[in-house]
Amino acid sequence: MKIFVCIKQVPDTEASLNIKEGNRIDGSNIKWIINPYDEYAVEEALQLQEKNPGSTVTAITLGPERAEDVLRKAMAMGIGDAIHLESEQILDHKTAARALASVLKEEKPDLILMGKQAIDDDAFLSHVYLAEYLGVPVTTNVISLHLEEGKVVVERDIDEGDREKIEMALPCVVAATKGLNEPRYASLMGIMKAKNKPLKKIAATDAQIDPADNQVDVTRLSVPPEKPAGKMLEGEPGEMVDKLVELLQNEAQVL
Amino acid sequence: MAKIGVYIELKNGVFKKSNSEALEVARQSGMEVFGVIFAPDIEPYKDRLIGLDHLIQVKGDNLGYQPDLYAQTLAGIIREFDLEYFTGIFSAQGRELFPRVSAKLDDAALVNDCVKVDLKSNTVTKPVYAGKLLAENTFKSARKMFTLRPNIFPPAEGDPADFDTREYALSDTGIKTRVMETIKSEISRVDLSEAEIIVSGGRGMKEKANFKILEDLAGLLNAAVGASRAAVDSGYASHDMQVGQTGKVVNPKLYIACGISGAIQHLVGMKTSKVIVAINKDPEAPIFKKADYGIVGDLFTIVPLLTAKVKSLG
Repeated sequence: MKIFVCIKQVPDTEASLNIKEGNRIDGSNIKWIINPYDEYAVEEALQLQEKNPGSTVTAITLGPERAEDVLRKAMAMGIGDAIHLESEQILDHKTAARALASVLKEEKPDLILMGKQAIDDDAFLSHVYLAEYLGVPVTTNVISLHLEEGKVVVERDIDEGDREKIEMALPCVVAATKGLNEPRYASLMGIMKAKNKPLKKIAATDAQIDPADNQVDVTRLSVPPEKPAGKMLEGEPGEMVDKLVELLQNEAQVL
Repeated sequence: MAKIGVYIELKNGVFKKSNSEALEVARQSGMEVFGVIFAPDIEPYKDRLIGLDHLIQVKGDNLGYQPDLYAQTLAGIIREFDLEYFTGIFSAQGRELFPRVSAKLDDAALVNDCVKVDLKSNTVTKPVYAGKLLAENTFKSARKMFTLRPNIFPPAEGDPADFDTREYALSDTGIKTRVMETIKSEISRVDLSEAEIIVSGGRGMKEKANFKILEDLAGLLNAAVGASRAAVDSGYASHDMQVGQTGKVVNPKLYIACGISGAIQHLVGMKTSKVIVAINKDPEAPIFKKADYGIVGDLFTIVPLLTAKVKSLG
C-alpha cells in the first residue's frame, strides 16, 4: 500500500507573533514545528505500514525553503521519503490544494492522511479541497481508522460527544484529530537516519502554482483587544462564593 | 438585489440554536434572503425561520445526513438560484459540509469560523493562530461563502415574516463517503461550542471521579462540562471535552475554570468567553490574568459551596 502524509510547517503554539507589512507574520524569530494534527497523521501512517508489510509512506509539504525541516522531522519519526513542493508565495487554500493535487495525481497513493486543520490559519479547508481535486472521498475529524479490503472504515467526532461511523473506498483522504493515536517521538537514531533519507524538491512553477489564482486574500492582521484585569475576591470560602454569585447575577448578569 | 443563502442546520431533526445567528447576519445584509433546510416538514421550525424572503425546502426519501449528497444539493441550489453569498454555522457539520460545497463551485471561496462580517466591502474576519491574531479576508471570487463562529452574532428575534417555500430534490448520486451510523454518546451532553455556560476542570481535579462535582454544578446551570488538555492527557476527561488549541474553541456567556492553571494552549480556546471565573489554589496561576472574577482557594471546597448556593436560588 502506498501512503502519503501531507504536513505543514506552523509556528510553535507558544510562539509570540509579530505582524509584518500589515497582513503577514514576521517569521524570522519563530520556532517552527510540524502542525500537531499532522503528527497524528504521521503516526497513523507509520502504524499502518507496520501492520501492512511492503507499504511505503511518503511525506509531502508545500511551503518555503524552511519547511524542509518538518519533512526531516517526519522522516526522523520513521517516514521513508519526502517531497518538498517549494513556494515562497502566499496561496489561498484552493490554489494550494490544486498544487498538491497535481503532484499526488502523478504519485497515485492509496491513502492520504493529514491533520483536520493547521494551527496557523485554522482554515479547515485543505483536506476537503485536495480530495475534491483528486476526485476521491474524504472524512474529517477522524478518531479511529480500520483498513479493510479496498476500503477504510473510520469514526469521526461530531458535536455533543456523538460519533459517525463512515465507510470510504480507497483511495481516499483521512483528516486526523486528537484521539486517533499518540504520536511517537523521534529517536536519536531516527534523527541521524533522516538526514540521508531521499527528499525530492519540486519547484512551485512546475506544479502550476500562481497566486494570481487566489480567490481570497488575507488583507489585514490585527491583535485582538485584551480584556482589562478582573476582580480577585477575598474572604472565607463561603463569603467569596456569595460575592461571586451576587456579581454574576447583578454586575455581569449571566446568572 | 444581491442574494444571500443561509443553510439551516438540523441535528437529528432539532433546529441548531446558532442558526438564528446566521439568519440575523443575513437579515442585516439587506439582501434577498434564501433559507435552505433539509426537512420533510417545516412546521416544527416555522416560528424560528426569521428574516427570510424565500425558503428552499430540500426533500428526499432519505434525508439522513450524507455529506456528499448534501454538498451536491447545496452546490446545485447556489447555482440555480444564483446566490452570491452563502452562510451557515461553523458547527461539526458545517465545518465539513461548507468546504465540500465550496470545492464543487469553481467561483466560490470559503472562509470558516468568522467573527466579523462586512459584506459591503466583501471582507470577513476570523481568528487565526488560535486566536492570537485576527485575519481580515477579502473575497475576490464571484461567490462568497463564510461560516460563523457560534455565540458571537446576535440571534434573529421577533415574528417570522412571510416567505414563499420552494421544494428542491435531494441529489441522489455521487455518494463517495457513506455515513453508516451515528453512535450516540452514552451520556447526553450539552454541546460545548453552543453552550451558554461551561464548567471546566483541569489538572487540579486530581482524578476522573472528581468531575462529578463539576457535573453537579453544570446540571443545575444547564451547562456543558469541559476540560483542559492536562486533564484529558491525564485521563480525567475524554478528548471531545477538551477546550483549547487541540480541542474545541468555545465562547460561552460564562466560563468557570476549576483547577486550570491557564496554559496558553487552554487560554486560546476560551478567552473570548464573555465572563470568566477562575477557581485555583495557586494565586500565581496565569488563568487569573484572563478572569473577570478570581477565587484563590481549593476547588473541592469552593465548587460544592457554589453548587449549594446556586441550588438555593432555585
